[in-house]
Amino acid sequence: MQNRDTKPSPARPAHQIFVFGLLFVTWTILSGFFDPFHLTLGVISCGLVTIISADLLFEYRDTPILFRFRQAGRLIAYLFWLLWQVVLANYHILKLAMGSKDRVQPQFVRCKTSLKSDFEKYLLANSITLTPGTVTTKIMGDTFYIHAIDDVSAAGLEGEMERRIAHIFSTARKSSTSGES
Amino acid sequence: MIITIISAILILLGVVFFFGAALGIVRFPDFYSRTHAAGKGDTLSSFLVILGFAVYQLKDFHSFSHDWPILLVILKLLAVSLFIFMTSPVSTHALMDAGWEDKVKPEIGEGKPNHLNDDSEKF
Repeated sequence: MQNRDTKPSPARPAHQIFVFGLLFVTWTILSGFFDPFHLTLGVISCGLVTIISADLLFEYRDTPILFRFRQAGRLIAYLFWLLWQVVLANYHILKLAMGSKDRVQPQFVRCKTSLKSDFEKYLLANSITLTPGTVTTKIMGDTFYIHAIDDVSAAGLEGEMERRIAHIFSTARKSSTSGES
Repeated sequence: MIITIISAILILLGVVFFFGAALGIVRFPDFYSRTHAAGKGDTLSSFLVILGFAVYQLKDFHSFSHDWPILLVILKLLAVSLFIFMTSPVSTHALMDAGWEDKVKPEIGEGKPNHLNDDSEKF
């Protein structure tokens, strides 16, 4: 978000190699053929895609690539935590669907966030929607409008999820701003 | 045998959550609450069902050198559930937002806030 106006620096070879590797691993898993003919086809098509769109994947290219791996590790840890939250919340909505109708009290709540970049907001909005009981209905700047189905779901919105997302990216934001200055 | 039982349990659990989602669609009061049930009762349940399929694939897994294609099948199955986890919330959000833009009236619980309505003049 913060460097929307400035032109991003061009993709480095390391990024291109990483994108190519990612594409090629996906190709081999999806194709399942390991003979030279199919692998050559894979190399050609992955190379073409890399040339065309290697600079789409990374927004802040000054972040060292090793740091990206640490971020990816934290992101995966977060996803496992999120999965557990999804399980708990799904159980909650199951009880709600079977229980008495009086307990369903729909409401729109407002939630301010301190997260800055688009990807962080996307992750937060998606996480809120994934945990049953709450759906992000509108995002206006840094205000989220969330439809919650009952009080318990609305109370669960505060704090923890946002703090964890900020933890995944926080140091990255610092290092990317210092890299640009 | 154990693998078959584990996968059956996982698939059955998924079906139970699917049932909860279907029940929610019928019983919840308005469009927005129903979208809750429809849009994401299926995230966990489809994940459980797909996990059940993946575990069932392990049944024929005896030696790595001969049976490695099964691992590819499992990876593909897990990729399917990953894509569901990425796209399902987005489509739910799009549906909700479209409903609000179309002025579908929400049913708000008694004494509960409707901040979206309060702030809608500011947009």
